[in-house]
Amino acid sequence: MSYTKKDIAVRKFDVVIVGAGGSGMRASLELSRAGLNVACLSKVFPTRSHTVAAQGGVSASLGNMSEDNWHYHFYDTIKGSDWLGDQDAIEFMCREAPNVVIELEHFGMPFDRNPDGTIYQRPFGGHTANYGEKPVQRACAAADRTGHAMLHTLYQQNVKSKTNFFVEWMALDLIRNTRGDVVGVTAIELETGDLYELHAKAVLLATGGAGRIFAASTNAFINTGDGLGMAARAGIPLQDMEFWQFHPTGVAGAGVLLTEGCRGEGAILLNSNGERFMERYAPTLKDLAPRDFVSRSMDQEIKEGRGCGPNKDYILMKLDHLGADTIRKRLPSVEEIGHNFANVDITKEPIPVVPTIHYQMGGIPTNINGQVVVWDGEKNNVVNGLYAVGECSCVSVHGANRLGTNSLLDLLVFGKSAGKHIVQFVSGYGDFQTVPADGADRTLARLNQLDGSKDGIYAQDLANDIRQAMQQHAGVFRTQKTMDEGVEKINAIRERVASIALKDKSKVWNTARMEALEVDNLIEAAQATMTSAAARHECRGAHTVYDYEHPADHPECPLGRNDKEWMKHTLWDSETNSLRYKPVNLKPLTVDSIPPKVRTF
Amino acid sequence: MKRTFKIYRYDPDKDAKPYMQTVELELDGHERMLLDALVKLKAVDPSLSFRRSCREGVCGSDAMNINGKNGLACLTNMNSLQGDVVLKPLPGLPVIRDLIVDMTQFFQQYHSIKPYLVNDEPVSPSKERLQSPEEREELNGLYECILCASCSTACPSFWWNPDKFVGPAGLLQAYRFIADSRDQATGERLDNLEDPYRLFRCHTIMNCVDVCPKGLKPAAAISKIKELMVRRAI
Repeated sequence: MSYTKKDIAVRKFDVVIVGAGGSGMRASLELSRAGLNVACLSKVFPTRSHTVAAQGGVSASLGNMSEDNWHYHFYDTIKGSDWLGDQDAIEFMCREAPNVVIELEHFGMPFDRNPDGTIYQRPFGGHTANYGEKPVQRACAAADRTGHAMLHTLYQQNVKSKTNFFVEWMALDLIRNTRGDVVGVTAIELETGDLYELHAKAVLLATGGAGRIFAASTNAFINTGDGLGMAARAGIPLQDMEFWQFHPTGVAGAGVLLTEGCRGEGAILLNSNGERFMERYAPTLKDLAPRDFVSRSMDQEIKEGRGCGPNKDYILMKLDHLGADTIRKRLPSVEEIGHNFANVDITKEPIPVVPTIHYQMGGIPTNINGQVVVWDGEKNNVVNGLYAVGECSCVSVHGANRLGTNSLLDLLVFGKSAGKHIVQFVSGYGDFQTVPADGADRTLARLNQLDGSKDGIYAQDLANDIRQAMQQHAGVFRTQKTMDEGVEKINAIRERVASIALKDKSKVWNTARMEALEVDNLIEAAQATMTSAAARHECRGAHTVYDYEHPADHPECPLGRNDKEWMKHTLWDSETNSLRYKPVNLKPLTVDSIPPKVRTF
Repeated sequence: MKRTFKIYRYDPDKDAKPYMQTVELELDGHERMLLDALVKLKAVDPSLSFRRSCREGVCGSDAMNINGKNGLACLTNMNSLQGDVVLKPLPGLPVIRDLIVDMTQFFQQYHSIKPYLVNDEPVSPSKERLQSPEEREELNGLYECILCASCSTACPSFWWNPDKFVGPAGLLQAYRFIADSRDQATGERLDNLEDPYRLFRCHTIMNCVDVCPKGLKPAAAISKIKELMVRRAI
């Protein structure tokens, strides 16, 4: 079969949201409550979105456990970001945090509770009181199922406000008019294989990250960077894609996440000597230093021969001293994961862990209203009609390294603010714009290339090549040589994408077609990452390059960070596979800027 | 090690009717879970269709009937499956293709219990509603449901009346809100279930408890709802 223009059905909505995870559903709630005609598309039923897998908590300086305020949270987030985060966006997020978390509680979120009935908060990596002085309990938690509880709560509220979900629909491409405004998307209904043009006054991308560009990942199968691919193909540069977070505690071999909440509740990391090595690397925060820091320390231990197990290739996380009661109350899923994926009873013995790809700090550049922006060399220009929120976006609050629990917060804060802005935008919009007659041409070409293919590469084989290359060339520790080789490898793999062949041509729920279409998105995310990484000649946050490492007392580049030359955001353009840069916004909205300093913990 | 899979196959685009396909697959020991084996089977035959996402038992995508019992492929250890592995779609729901079922009725029943907190009392936007740890504990064993449909599609009452009987998953969630100290709609929720079918088609067969991959007990929640019904009647 093949797809032709006349097969395309057209439907019109005020707003199309692509993705029904935490950020998409927080936004859709705002929109459906305002009475707009919204279509919220998702590859999976909304509660199967990857927000569901978040475990540890959502941060807000509620101060329920001890003194805390948003200024501390603001400071921690900037320091966590290694001064690559934009301070206006970070101020906005940290100030809004208590409001959106309380609101979530009012929505019915089953947070754990303190004896006085307030929301329970646990310690987390990089969360401190009084500007780094001591750990603080800021992570609002529902056991170790915070993301699950949050995603279901948001879905429930959307059921109440009658949001129009298009379940198991995959968006394929953005449609832009001659002025560059985004006026819709193309999408395929997976059950029928039917192709649609969905015309809209505003499109919101909320498709999550592209964690599946790596071989060992905590991410779900669906995290293929679909929004990134759509934006990149539509000529929108991707920002800061070299910054990928390795979560310190993925189950060795399986990749499944074990929340930082484990260490928040008191778990410790041990090397083969039984030493709690984080005391050496981060004397103040120890095992609760930020994730990039802990992951690097673990990797260092392994490299120096103090890894555990027969191959000395993992670290042990010890939890048994917390006691079975605390584990069952606060970390019940972790106990299950131990049994299911490591044959370990964590109430009795330590569990093998390794740093594992977890989160994409970069993404589609936006402002604090979620509007997608393109840098013209002097200023950011808004792409009319296009918004992005959540992990697919880069606002940028996470900079070079995200603090644990700031991801769920990001979803709530910017999902809501984008929703509010879209309501305003649509109210002043007037009639639908004319959609260009060739609006679906790119999509048709992609589909027909697959449907016309006979012999060629199996999509998952090529996807696995991407994953192996990324794992090898963009890992925890990078060298200039491995990155340069990685660029060549990914460029070569990109050439082969056009040779993907689809054996299964069925129209009905064709998962093979879906997976092949996802490769178009994986390759954009992978090339953006590899090219951006190889060009950044410094160490900052999660981007650590052996060649540029320096001690903490280096006069120009403490710990390898080169603020003079590299305190700037990377922008990668897909069509030319080239880079530009724009300055970091060091100016908060209302308070004093936090100037860069040496990042020790 | 070679394993034999017998898989329900049906693609309405080309098959006149469903059939069971027997496939042998060489496992190299890296396929810890059934889902790992399925991904490998799909690499051999990309037309094999099933849902999957998180691969760690929290998203609820990959529920299917495994050797006669409903469960999640991602949480089913290959070593726990003896002999041939027989895979069928969840029973009682229309099959779209292979192991993918149409879950519309399942979600309609979930939606029918008004699965959201109802509390119209004014509340300060800067303060949480207070709830004691004991009150919060009442939600344990309820809120963790992943809507995988293993329970409802293992329930003979749901097979017979999927349009009228809410089913264990929906009823578990109905009780999740009844049990929430913050929710004020217990009366309406009970009214909504007071019906020969919606609640009372549950005959305590207990299949729901037997199959739940999260270890939840829908039957216990259902009996608590029935108890509340009785209590308010006398």
